Formats: sequence, C-alpha cells, structure tokens
Amino acid sequence: MSPQHPTTFDELVAAPSRWLSGDGPHADLVLSTRIRLARNLSQVPFTHRAREEQLQGVLLSVSSAAQQAHAFAGALTMRMSELSPVERQVLVERHLVSHELGDATRPRGIVVAPEERVSLMINEEDHLRLQAMTPGFQLAETWGAADSADDELDQSLDFAFSEEIGYLTSCPTNAGTGLRASVLIHLPALVLLDEIQQVLKSIMQVGLNVRGLYGEHSEVMGNLFQISNQTTLGKSERDSIESLERVTRQIIEREERARERMLRDARVQVEDKVWRAYGSLRHARLIAAKEVINLCSAVRLGVALGMPGLPPFHVVNELLVITQPAHLQRFHGGELTPAERNVYRAQLVRERLDTAEHETNERRDQG
Amino acid sequence: MLCQICGKNPATVHFTEIHDNKMSEIHVCERCAEDKGLHASPKKHKFDIADLLAGMVDNMTTTEEERVGRVQCPRCGLLYSGFKETGRLGCSECYTAFQFQLRPLLRRIHGETRHSVKAKRPTRDGEGASRSRQIQRLHDELQRAVEREEFERAAAVRDEIKRLEREGQTARTGGETAS
Repeated sequence: MSPQHPTTFDELVAAPSRWLSGDGPHADLVLSTRIRLARNLSQVPFTHRAREEQLQGVLLSVSSAAQQAHAFAGALTMRMSELSPVERQVLVERHLVSHELGDATRPRGIVVAPEERVSLMINEEDHLRLQAMTPGFQLAETWGAADSADDELDQSLDFAFSEEIGYLTSCPTNAGTGLRASVLIHLPALVLLDEIQQVLKSIMQVGLNVRGLYGEHSEVMGNLFQISNQTTLGKSERDSIESLERVTRQIIEREERARERMLRDARVQVEDKVWRAYGSLRHARLIAAKEVINLCSAVRLGVALGMPGLPPFHVVNELLVITQPAHLQRFHGGELTPAERNVYRAQLVRERLDTAEHETNERRDQG
Repeated sequence: MLCQICGKNPATVHFTEIHDNKMSEIHVCERCAEDKGLHASPKKHKFDIADLLAGMVDNMTTTEEERVGRVQCPRCGLLYSGFKETGRLGCSECYTAFQFQLRPLLRRIHGETRHSVKAKRPTRDGEGASRSRQIQRLHDELQRAVEREEFERAAAVRDEIKRLEREGQTARTGGETAS
C-alpha cells in the first residue's frame, strides 16, 4: 500500500491535508473549496430519532457502500467510538468531522479517502454527509468529485427522496439538494481598508451566507471568511454553485484592487507589518492559538504579494491547523495545560519555519 | 450588553443570522445559549427554525396552535410540537405528515417549496434516468476540458456522450422502459 493510502489514524494525521497544499487557482486568496451533500437512508428514521441498532445498520451499510465505490478506493474507515477525544478533535480541526460527529456517544463513523479529497460522515445530523475538498478556488472540480462519489453510493443505497421536496434531510434548511458549497477566502486588504462590512453585506444581499472561520464571537480572526450558499430548495446544484462562483470572483477582484491600492499608498507599512508578524512567529517563546492565526494572516498576505524570503503558502496554511489544541497535544504525545501549550506551540511554529527556511535556501542555492 | 433572553448576565455569545436577506443579531449569555442549544456554527440552525416558527404562529390562536402541535407522523410518531422544539424532523415520512405546516416554513427558509427540475435525483428510477444524468455530467466535463484547452480529453468525452446517446436510443426503440 502506498503512503498516500493511510491505514491507521496515525498515518492519516502524519500527512498534511491536501486542501492545505496552497495549490490550485487563486490559491493566494482562496485557501480551499468544499462541497457537502446531505443524504439519508429512506427506511431508517433520521439519526436523532433512530435506535442504536438502526444506526449500527446505517454505519454498516454506508461503509460497505463506500468500500465498493471508486471514489473511496484506499479509504480509511473509523468508528468514532474507537478514537480518543483528542483524536476526534484532531479530525474536527482538519475539517473532516463536525463538532456534532465529534460526540461519540452514538454509533458514528467516518470514511476518509486518500489525501482527504472526499470523506463521509456517518450518522451525523443526517445519515450521510459526503464532503469533497480541494485546495484553491475550484468549485467545478470539487462538485464533480462530490457528484460522482454520490452517484456511486446511490448505486447501493436507497436515499430518502421525494419528487416534490428533493433529498429529505433531518433539518428542513438542507432539504432539496442537500448541498452546501463553500470557499474559504482570505481578505486582509478589505479588512485593513475597512471595506469588509460593505462587502459582507452585499454577499448576504445576494442570498449567500458568510462567516468568519475563526473567532467565536462576532470578531473575525485571521481575516479568513467562509462564503457558502444559503438555500437548497428550488435551485439546482449547478445554479447554487454558479452564483457562489460569480460572487467569489467579484470578491477576489475587490480584494486584489484593495491590495494594489494598499501597496501604492503604504508599501513600507505593509512590509513592516508582514515582517514583524514573521519575526514574532519565527522567534516567539510563548504563543496563543489566536495569535498564530492573526500573525499567519499577515505573513500570508506577504507571500501573496510576492515578498521574497517568506515561507510558501502550504507552510502558512498548515500552521493554522497544527497549532490548534488537539493537533498540538497529538504532536506532543500527551496532555498539555494551556500555559504549556503556548510554550510548545511557539516551539512547533519555530521548528516548522526553520525547516521551511532551510528548504527555501536549498532551493535557492540549487537554482 | 445584557443577555437578550434572561436579561441578567452579560451577553458573551453573539450570533448573526441572515434570513430573507435580512440580517439580525442575537446576543445572549453562555448559560442561556447552553439552555437553548445555541452553539457556534453546526447546531445554530436549530435556533433559526425555532425562531422562524415562533414568528409564524404569532397570529394563530392557542387552540389552533395546540391542534397543529398534535399532528403526528404515522411512521416515526414525532409530533409537530416536537419538531417545533428541536427544529429536526424524525424521518422522511414527516415531510408528508407535516406537509401543510412545512410548506410555509420551507418558503420562508428557501423562498421556494419545490425541488428544482434541473437538480440531482437518485438513479434508482431506472437505467434511462441514470444514463441521462451521466450524459449531463459528461457535458459538464466536456465544457471544463474545452475551458482548459484539453482538446484530446474533450474529444474522448464527446465520443463517450455519443456512445451513451446511441445506447439510449437503442434501449428506447428496443422497447426497454425507463421507469
């Protein structure tokens, strides 16, 4: 079995998620594209009303359907109950599992295809949540992956569907297509120039949803926003995806124009901000997760602006995930108090950036 | 700022909800958030629905509300009042059992009440439907290949579409039904 085919949880976590790779169209602004489809089996009550043994049955039939599907060739199947709380949280931090699935008191499971391109959450709010993720801005490709994986599962599973309402879901907000298409986009210039509120308002006005990726309150950390479709009934998947695509393109343009203006009017200030952020990440001895997110945002902007000497996108993207509490404890190999976490986090960040610097220097010396 | 539910504790949990293009902000304390099942992201729509339903029954009399609340799904036994509490339906049959109550709710959430004819459907309605969906997908792939100027790939996809279309014609003229 090739190393891309993880057979254990450890192997899965050892490799960075492909959606963090920093490749793909517009990777300087769009971190990743995600498509999620909600499906239920027609003969079983929805997860929260189903009996334990019914959910065991769902777990079994969905995972065996996945085993027959090409989309899930070489996939890793895990029951949530087999995993420790930290391991489950690691999956949440990698965007493979929702907070709801992270709760292992009921028979729940996950199927993850190699490189985390497609994955399945079983017995979440709906019996199945199929997810496809790609780096950069590639809605058509991501939809293609989700659509064909869904077709394959459909060959052996009887999905709850009605001609009138479409795919039937536990919550009526997902009924119809069961589709949630989203892009994770970095908008530091629009935030810095104080134009973000206006942009967010216009996104909502066209019926899309937008929220900050990090930050529990109304504050947004790291200038990272997730834009997604809001409705699932009465529109085809393609229509929903196209409107997200159109709006995202407009936002990309606005952010690019804002970056140009920022550089024209305040180049030194921008460079100073980027390098101070890099300096903090590179040398700090104590660092909180929140601080990493905000500093990474500044460094990411510097990389996008082509400032030489900074680490590549994938390193900055990965820092966002590996510095989260569960990943940190996983790397450390034991529990850490919040104070210890800050020390260990700073050390981990320094090591990663050190490695990245060496790699960059080597490439430069060779080239 | 004080919690909008209990009015006693400071509001530390903030939600922004968007419905019908209108944005509203909700500020509550942690305890009330916990009590109402309000959590950051995945579970928050529970509240959306309760909120929407609360808004909808405003002009309903108490007796009417009680009567509607007793409507029950014959398959899973969920009462409509149970759905109102949790925002979750019990099984696929609930959509039929509560259809009259759900229709205005679906309209409020989605602005529509019917699945788009252009949207995806399960393939179990027969080989013919499956084939036409496959053709549709190949058309999309053809377009993507042309956009990326992968002309060899485009030609292969076009041939595959032709093959499937021929197959479909043979199946139809051969008397095979697609139901």
